[in-house]
Formats: sequence, C-alpha cells, structure tokens
Amino acid sequence: MGNVMEQNEKSVQELKTELSKHGVFTTTFQEIYNWGRKNSVWPLTFGLACCAIEMIATTMARYDLARFGAEVFRASPRQADLIIVSGTVTKKMAPQVVRLYNQMPEPKYVIAMGACAISGGPFHSGYNVLKGIDRYIPVDVHIPGCPPRPEALISAFMTLQKKISEQQLTGEERPRHLKAELPSEFPVPEFGEHGLEPTENAEVWNPLKVLQ
Amino acid sequence: MIFAVNLLMVGPNPWPSIVTLLVAAVAFGLTPLGLAWLWAVKFSPAKPGKEKNAIYECGLESPGDAWIQFKSSYYLYAIIFLIFDVEAVFLLPFAVAFTGLTLGACVAMLVFLLLLVEGLVWACQKGVLQWS
Repeated sequence: MGNVMEQNEKSVQELKTELSKHGVFTTTFQEIYNWGRKNSVWPLTFGLACCAIEMIATTMARYDLARFGAEVFRASPRQADLIIVSGTVTKKMAPQVVRLYNQMPEPKYVIAMGACAISGGPFHSGYNVLKGIDRYIPVDVHIPGCPPRPEALISAFMTLQKKISEQQLTGEERPRHLKAELPSEFPVPEFGEHGLEPTENAEVWNPLKVLQ
Repeated sequence: MIFAVNLLMVGPNPWPSIVTLLVAAVAFGLTPLGLAWLWAVKFSPAKPGKEKNAIYECGLESPGDAWIQFKSSYYLYAIIFLIFDVEAVFLLPFAVAFTGLTLGACVAMLVFLLLLVEGLVWACQKGVLQWS
C-alpha cells in the first residue's frame, strides 16, 4: 500500500518536472495552502526564562526572524499559531502553559526551546521543575542548548516550516487538527499535594506507527 | 457641475456601469470570505472547548465574571482629575496669551474656571481632599 502511494507520488513529481521544462507551472491546493501557512506563522509573546532573551534577540535586527514571516508576536493566544516554550517550566507555571496552548486556535505548533523545556535541564533534579513540557502538550520541534543561540531557534523554525509544508490536507496521514474526532484541548494539570496531577498526559503522543 | 450635468444629458446612461462596479466591489470583498468559509467547512473542523472558549487571562483561570459594575462613587476622582489635570492644560495657554485677550475671551475663560472651581468646592464639601 505504502509502495503504491510512493510510486504515485514519484510519477506526479516526474510529471511536474516534465511540465515545468515546457514552461507549464502546476501546483496543488495543498501546496499553496501550506506555502501560505508556513510563511506566516505568528508566535505567541511568551517568554519563561533566559531562553526568552535569545528568542527576543532572534526577532531583532541582527537575526531578523521577520525573514521567515514570523515577526508578528501576538500578545493573545487567540491570534497566535506557535507557542515557543522558551525556558524553565516550573510546576507552578505548567498549568498556565497548557491553558495558553488550549486557548490557541487550530492549527497550532509548539517549539520546546532549550534544555529546560525539553527535560528540565540543569534543574532536572529540582522538586519544582517540570521534566519537559512534552508531558502535557505535543511538541513539534525540540531545540537543545542552554540557552540555544538565535541561529538554533532559526533552524528550529525552518524545521517547523518544513513540517508545515509537508502536512497533508486529506487522507489518514493528515495532522491532528484536521481530524474532527481528535480533541484540540489537553487536560490542564492541577497543582496537588505532591506536584502536578496528573504527572503526565499519556494522550499527548500517539504510539509511533511501524512503517512496512 | 455644469460639465457633469452636460455629461449626464449628452453621454450614455451611467447607471449600468456604476451598478456593475458596485456589484464587482461587493463580490471582491465577499468572495474571499465565502471561499475561506467553504475551506473551513471542507477541511478544518471547528473544535470549541471549555478551556478554549474561556476568558483569556494570561493563562490563569478568570475569577468571577468580567461584566461587573464599577462603583459610581468614583465620579469624585473624575472631578478631581478634571480640575487638577485637564484644567492645567487650558490654564497654561490662557496665561501665555493673557495680555492679548479680548474681554469676551477673558470672560469665557473665567466662566470655564468657575465651573471647575464649583467642582472643587463640591469635592471639598464631600471631604475628598482631607488626608486621613
């Protein structure tokens, strides 16, 4: 089944290159749609710790995230499609991060920036630090580093753009936000007696599929 | 004006072109909206939810309702603000141009001042200016 689809895709690509040699430009709705989306990602104005300083530097003139269409940092989750978790997520802050993510409209993306957002980083053994934001929300791109340089954030952003441009509009492979039956909200953890409850959300990452 | 009237009388009827332009302008605005709506219906399912539709408070849960009534007694602050802040804005040009003013302008300004001083007397009577 997978082979047939790959063959199909290959012949379509061959046809497109053949046509482009004769000066005929062809495209699909999906390509135009994704091209528009990937070049206009609006991040949420949301900084948590020292990584946020690097994120701010990325948007400024020297590194200029505007080249990728992402300079419009929105102050409200209603208008944002990307949340950059930039820094240490304490257990006290985690419910707010998840709630902000829940309040963003679909399609929405997450970049976990820096060692803390990925795993707790240097505070991994701390009693009050979350061991990675991907316990509660689905992270699209992880950036290692403490803190990552602006170039690393730009690289992560380009990775996200690549991911967006490859998303399917139809079929079983289409992303979560296009499937009506899948939820757009994730459970907000509550601050209990011994840390966050639940300690993690098993539904965030669907089990990986084995390709044959 | 005469030119326009002449054009109307001599030239062809302008209304068809005006109506055509109007329809085109409205369609130009409505078509993208309609296409976006169709796209959303076809591809992008709406996913409202309790958290998503909640009041936005920087990620915190909103305590209580946002539609609350403010106490009407705050009008005293408004009066004091008018007297000491807004009035000063008008007093400065008044003082600068004072020697060149006509009697009428001076009287008008004095009436304005009187109105605000009345407010000051009112605030004084209410005991707002007393430090406790």
